[in-house]
Amino acid sequence: MSAQPQPLRDVRGPSALGGGTRRFFDLLWLMSATEFKRVYFGTVLGYLWSLIRPLALFGTLLFVFTKVFKIGSEEAEYYPVLLLLGIVVFTFFQEATGNAVTSVINQEGIVRKTQFPRLVIPLATVLTGLLNLVANLLVIVVFILAFGVDPQWTWLLFPVALLALLIFTAAISMALSVLYVRFRDVAIIWVVVSQVLFYFTPILYPIEALHNRTYEQLLMINPLAPIFQQLRVWVLEPNAPTAVEAAGGWLHLAPAIGLYFGICLFALWIFNREAPRVAEGL
Amino acid sequence: MHTVANPPAIQVEDLHKSFRIPKHRVDSLKERVVRPFAGRDYVELRALDGVSFEIQQGEFFGIVGRNGSGKSTLLKLLASIYRADAGKIRMVGRLAPFIELGVGFNPELTARENIVLNGVMVGLTPGEIRQRIDSVLEFAELNEFADLKLKNYSSGMLVRLAFSVMMEADADILLIDEVLAVGDAAFQQKSADAFHEMKAAGKTIILVTHEMGTVEHYCHRAMLIDGGRIQHLGDPGDVGRHYLQLNFEEEPNRNFDEPVEEPGGDVAPEPVPIPTPSDEVRMLDAWLENSDGERVANLEAGERIQVRVEMEALRDLPGASVGFIIANAEGVGICEFGAGIVEGVAYAPLATGSSVVIRAELENPLNQGRYFVHFGVNRINNKGAALYVHNAVDFVVYGGTAASNTVVTLPAEVEAVVQEQAER
Repeated sequence: MSAQPQPLRDVRGPSALGGGTRRFFDLLWLMSATEFKRVYFGTVLGYLWSLIRPLALFGTLLFVFTKVFKIGSEEAEYYPVLLLLGIVVFTFFQEATGNAVTSVINQEGIVRKTQFPRLVIPLATVLTGLLNLVANLLVIVVFILAFGVDPQWTWLLFPVALLALLIFTAAISMALSVLYVRFRDVAIIWVVVSQVLFYFTPILYPIEALHNRTYEQLLMINPLAPIFQQLRVWVLEPNAPTAVEAAGGWLHLAPAIGLYFGICLFALWIFNREAPRVAEGL
Repeated sequence: MHTVANPPAIQVEDLHKSFRIPKHRVDSLKERVVRPFAGRDYVELRALDGVSFEIQQGEFFGIVGRNGSGKSTLLKLLASIYRADAGKIRMVGRLAPFIELGVGFNPELTARENIVLNGVMVGLTPGEIRQRIDSVLEFAELNEFADLKLKNYSSGMLVRLAFSVMMEADADILLIDEVLAVGDAAFQQKSADAFHEMKAAGKTIILVTHEMGTVEHYCHRAMLIDGGRIQHLGDPGDVGRHYLQLNFEEEPNRNFDEPVEEPGGDVAPEPVPIPTPSDEVRMLDAWLENSDGERVANLEAGERIQVRVEMEALRDLPGASVGFIIANAEGVGICEFGAGIVEGVAYAPLATGSSVVIRAELENPLNQGRYFVHFGVNRINNKGAALYVHNAVDFVVYGGTAASNTVVTLPAEVEAVVQEQAER
């Protein structure tokens, strides 16, 4: 009990950040960290499982694309590492957003029975995914060095690309988590959309492999494409076309940038609109 | 009684909340696209309709109401789970809601980890709750199981753990929904002590419950909510009486129209009189009266039971006697009384069409609950029953001070004397 008289303050009901910023970050960190710990240390194969999934996909795709279709190797110097890096980073995007879809519903008890900052729920899935990604990247570094890629100063720019992806992932997760409360087919739709996004992001193939200027420019409308393209330039191949070059100038990159910010703003708007009434819709 | 001088802890002004229940729920994007205007039709359900009250700091405040009264909505508005449509809620300090024990417990984590998670959820910092882990475990008597995953806990252990976290929550205002009676008798005693301590420490506590005994035992003031409005606010005893009256007055009337399933899944005993077919006598009417001669459906505890029955002979009878059985809601007979239909000292013969009015009156030792009166007519000379009407009248006894799981209160003299010790 505090001795000094405290003022009466208005209670405005639930919100995205409700209950104070300190508590918001405490909860975000605790929820993500405990979930991460549970996955990694809760089972014997915990860490291995999270690695096996991207590695298995990587092995399969590497076989199919280097032995069956024989693409990639001539355009990209380090095609296998490029493929692996792309898959691991995209897995983060796919898992975080995929888990976010049902996150609010899965935490129904918390949402309906406690005072809980709504934003923590989708963001915790993103943060858990990020911790996962960091753990996986440690393995990737070994691969990268093993394939003979020389460390470069542009590696320091990696977090910039990652931050751009992180913000985008968080925005999509927020929007999906509240939309799913209303529209249950969002889950199915998102599985399809994220699959399509995977193929329309230069991960399986270096963008030059398209050999078609128009297709390359169209591909660069996907907001994820410039991010992955820059990852390639900064981490693996300084000589590969940058996002701007691939798109054919800043002007052609504008749709992707516009979409990126448009989606982020839409996510903020829809989350703010839906968050206070999410408990009623469950 | 509580002094009125304390500053307010919570002010609620003209709170409104309604829910829109769509007649056709659109829950997929596909449907929204195919039929863009579907689901615009809805029924508006007014859960709270202008509620204003104030709770003082250090007050133990009870909120009672039946299911669907708006009580839970109010609770969720106070706890910032719902947002109000109109009106203001203002409060001082931090409120920790306990609407259900153990919300947010993760079965895959150990007790220790869950305590931290839950502690932060109720508003402590991770540092604060880590310091209190031991006292939480201590209170819950779960020291040996601190590193066991919750999925291996029994349900009793779980509620004890959740309750103990609540006790350490350290909020200025505690909002508690029906979670007082957890654990075994010893743990309940411990919880009760802890509550008394919190009350003595001057915490503001809001308790939502069905248990009138709890309200009367702990609360300084209480509030009865029904139909989204405050029906009564003040002395817990008064509120309790109003609540029981409300509960029992409407319930049987509604049941006469349609049998309603009790929330517990048990079907309420069919209250409509069920006569066995008889061509000798017919019951015309049966009812209960109060001392003013008015028909009533309920009796206050201790109020004399007066049963009235009108019957008619369908053919000539040499003589008959009438009898009643009072049974409780479980169908257990409690007492029996009756008499012959006599004129002077002999049984009265009944002619076809003649009617008989029966008045029975007896002391009412019954405790709170629902009761049924069965009515029967017997032929003289042990020739068996001419008529038996199951549930001729049903009524409810409300009020009284007895524990709810006993049936009757009988006059008793109890003496307890300390014996002199032999050596002193």
